[in-house]
Amino acid sequence: MSAADTVPQAAASPERPQPYAELGLTDAEYTRIRDLLGRRPTDAELAIYSVMWSEHCSYKSSRVHLRRFAESAPPSPALLAGIGQQAGVVDIGQGYAVTFKVESHNHPSYVEPFQGAATGVGGIVRDILAMGARPVAVMDSLRFGPADAPDTRRVLPGVVAGISFYGNCLGLPNIGGELAFDPCYSGNPLVNALCVGVMRHADLKDAAARGPGNKVILFGSRTGPDGIGGASVLASATFGGTDSAKRPSVQVGDPFTEKLLVECCLELYAAGVVAAIQDLGAAGVSCATAELAAGGGSGMRVELDAVPLRDRGLGPAEILMSESQERMMAVVEPGHVGRFMQICARWGVLATVIGEVTGTGRLQMSWHGEQVVDILPGTAADEGPVYQRPIQRPAGQDELQADDPATLARPVSGPQLRATLLSLLASPGQADKSWVTEQYDRHVRGNTVLAMPEDAGVLRVDEQTGLGVALATDGNGRFCLLDPYAGAQLALAEAYRNVAATGAVPLAVTNCLNFGSPEDPGVMWQFSEAVRGLADGCAALGVPVTGGNVSFYNQTDAVPIHPTPVVGVLGVHADVARRVPIGFSTAGASIVLLGRTGAEFGGSAWAHVAHGHIGGRPPAVDLAAERALAAVLTEAAAAGLLDAAHDLSDGGLAVALAESCLAGGLGGQVSVPGDPFTELFSESAGRAVLALRPGSEQALARLAAGHGVTAQVLGAVGGTSLVVTGAFDIPVGELRAAHRGTLPALFD
Amino acid sequence: MTARVGVITFPGSLDDVDAARAVARAGGTPVPVWHGETDLCGLAAVILPGGFSYGDYLRCGAIARFAPVLAELIPAARDGLPVLGICNGFQILCEAHLLPGALTRNAGLRFINRAVRVRVEDTRTPWTRDYAQDQEITVVLKSGEGAYVADHATLARLTAGGRVVARYAGGNPNGSVGDIAGVRSEAGNVVGLMPHPEHAIDPLTGPGTDGLGFFTSVLRSVTGDVLVPDGADG
Repeated sequence: MSAADTVPQAAASPERPQPYAELGLTDAEYTRIRDLLGRRPTDAELAIYSVMWSEHCSYKSSRVHLRRFAESAPPSPALLAGIGQQAGVVDIGQGYAVTFKVESHNHPSYVEPFQGAATGVGGIVRDILAMGARPVAVMDSLRFGPADAPDTRRVLPGVVAGISFYGNCLGLPNIGGELAFDPCYSGNPLVNALCVGVMRHADLKDAAARGPGNKVILFGSRTGPDGIGGASVLASATFGGTDSAKRPSVQVGDPFTEKLLVECCLELYAAGVVAAIQDLGAAGVSCATAELAAGGGSGMRVELDAVPLRDRGLGPAEILMSESQERMMAVVEPGHVGRFMQICARWGVLATVIGEVTGTGRLQMSWHGEQVVDILPGTAADEGPVYQRPIQRPAGQDELQADDPATLARPVSGPQLRATLLSLLASPGQADKSWVTEQYDRHVRGNTVLAMPEDAGVLRVDEQTGLGVALATDGNGRFCLLDPYAGAQLALAEAYRNVAATGAVPLAVTNCLNFGSPEDPGVMWQFSEAVRGLADGCAALGVPVTGGNVSFYNQTDAVPIHPTPVVGVLGVHADVARRVPIGFSTAGASIVLLGRTGAEFGGSAWAHVAHGHIGGRPPAVDLAAERALAAVLTEAAAAGLLDAAHDLSDGGLAVALAESCLAGGLGGQVSVPGDPFTELFSESAGRAVLALRPGSEQALARLAAGHGVTAQVLGAVGGTSLVVTGAFDIPVGELRAAHRGTLPALFD
Repeated sequence: MTARVGVITFPGSLDDVDAARAVARAGGTPVPVWHGETDLCGLAAVILPGGFSYGDYLRCGAIARFAPVLAELIPAARDGLPVLGICNGFQILCEAHLLPGALTRNAGLRFINRAVRVRVEDTRTPWTRDYAQDQEITVVLKSGEGAYVADHATLARLTAGGRVVARYAGGNPNGSVGDIAGVRSEAGNVVGLMPHPEHAIDPLTGPGTDGLGFFTSVLRSVTGDVLVPDGADG
């Protein structure tokens, strides 16, 4: 074992060159570390700062923009914990709180799809667990390159299998998500995983180490050389070795250990032996110790050589940077340590006291008795660099918006409209997702009320009262490319609408902001506009952002992905028995369209599928109209007026009608006023299609009028075909064949 | 007075809460049983739930088979205690040699979660008596290693003895030999089932209520007229 670089050595050898650039720190950042410490950092300290000040952990490029979410947040008594916590916590009534968050695992999933996606699920589940909640469901929002591209055949099946493996083995139902394809995601797939957890209000935990003398316990998996490519750089550069083993930069997940960790933590919480807790994710022990110590403000001492290792060759810097999965860190009062250890032993979870809370205000670490870290924890956790990156509206933006889809050839005749619908249904982005979703367990724990392909996942929280939650995630890179401000609001509006369509009242928002390089001023403009749009949108809809995640550098060479904010909305159901599915299942039920339709085809699924075109303006945003629509949907559901409800989005009314026929197994006959192409395929926002319970027509009309929402009766459910009068008649079986065949043909 | 039905939790068991809920819904009293227990405490019947006991390491069910509670359960099952293994529980019962055959990777090599039609072909077991002979029911399949296999002699014996409890009726989802979805022990008290009846007890959360019959059956069996299947092959 090599001798560690100690604090006295660092003080005595200020001139020693250090590999800060290889660790991703700039000259200025390295200088700032030296200024903060009044000496050069030790290797271990350099490791801490390099990971804590990384873009991923410090949000250094995004922070100045993300402030908008808090600044313009609408007042919400439902918010129990907000931005800055591992995950936001929302009061849903009856003493219950729900916490939810979505996080990206894009880069690891491209390098190693199976483990990258699997550990993405594992990481977000621990975030939720660390809030004190029982994780109860996951969702995933996935984007890939063209469905028929060879690399998509490598990445997609691996990602899906990884999510399936980890989530199923962990026993969390997967209740929804997204699947989209676009050439911009070739080489940059987006794998965003969401987890939701439930707790009682009193169970809320925080990540603040307080009380000198309290013990710091690391528990879960042993620490190995996972995800520490950077630390290997450090090791070889420091020790002059050229033959140091290449470390894997992607972590490997073990869902069985995570399941034990989940049950163990919940038992520890119930026993009242946890004073504070933090999950170990990116930046591992560095992050957990620095954030716990900074959160409590009292200081912490850690013996790094006490950390149980899977690879005994690891040194202090590598231990600090390791991203080994399935680990948690707790702060425990000395009198509770025995009980804590007993519970861990019952679950077969390894737990080790590695340090204690001190009153020094400093984070100090030793390695076999020698001090290797002595820093103010806040300098690593909270006072990282903050950059005001240059912002420049891209030169091509005007040209892109001027390229209006109005000039594209449109289907006019009945047979053309018919063929358009079938080709949209068969396009990979709109096609039946069963190939993916059948690989996920949606039933485990027995509280899944709605899952894919429904508009939102709905979970029962309380079996006695029927209290439950609805969750939807949405994003639309095409809309955001055309106008990131409006595009972010459209993603928000769609998720909000999806939740309301099931009958839930939307309450809170999380997001995962996937963008290209922040060093590209055009990307930063997209980012800034999207954040501004989302913050303004949340204020207008009255739903606060509770937290989120930023993923930058999603680009290949100079070409970034479409700006892709993925927005998750959480809603509450007073009684999940009142949930509304999308399927047409009652013959004779009136089909009603809510909302107004204009000729809006910029960034539409039709322009994309039929013409490979992206240009013009995305659909207009009217958040007051979205709010009114949601009010009609939730009130109609509560009053028992609805047999089915489905939000209109990609592919417009035609695709929504087809999906409702497919989900319920019945056809429907409708007449549309005006230009059939526009009525059927426009993607105007703020719309939903309903099937009414017989006899509910007048009540629905009154409700819609009361909220100023346009409601038109289009026809009725029934028969074995989807019939649009004067345009086409497509048997449900033919719709199904078109819808079902695509993904199996591509990926089987 | 309701019968006490044990639901064993191994490390990695997942559908234990669901099995317990189904017992309660059927009118019984579910009793959680930790895998480390060495006493079955007079339970009237026992369910081995679905999940990934011990992470499916080595082979599905191969480690759970050596859990302390199995040392009690195996002789009790041989003495006639009604035991139902669902999914991973079925795999454990096969590993414990309480049931013949084995469960292997699905034909498509992918996990499948789907509502499936199943035909109940043996209604003489304590777990199936509330069904009609050849009744078709809809339950939930969710497994990656659900393809039942056995050698020819075993299959012949199962068929001749009427020991195939259930077969897939709407197409074979996973490559199970003979469309087999569930089998029973010679005496009939031990039943293994790949699909999950406990996820079909409430239309709110599953495809209907068809699965409830397994739980009402056992409660009726243990609270009175104990039924021993005839036609047991020697």
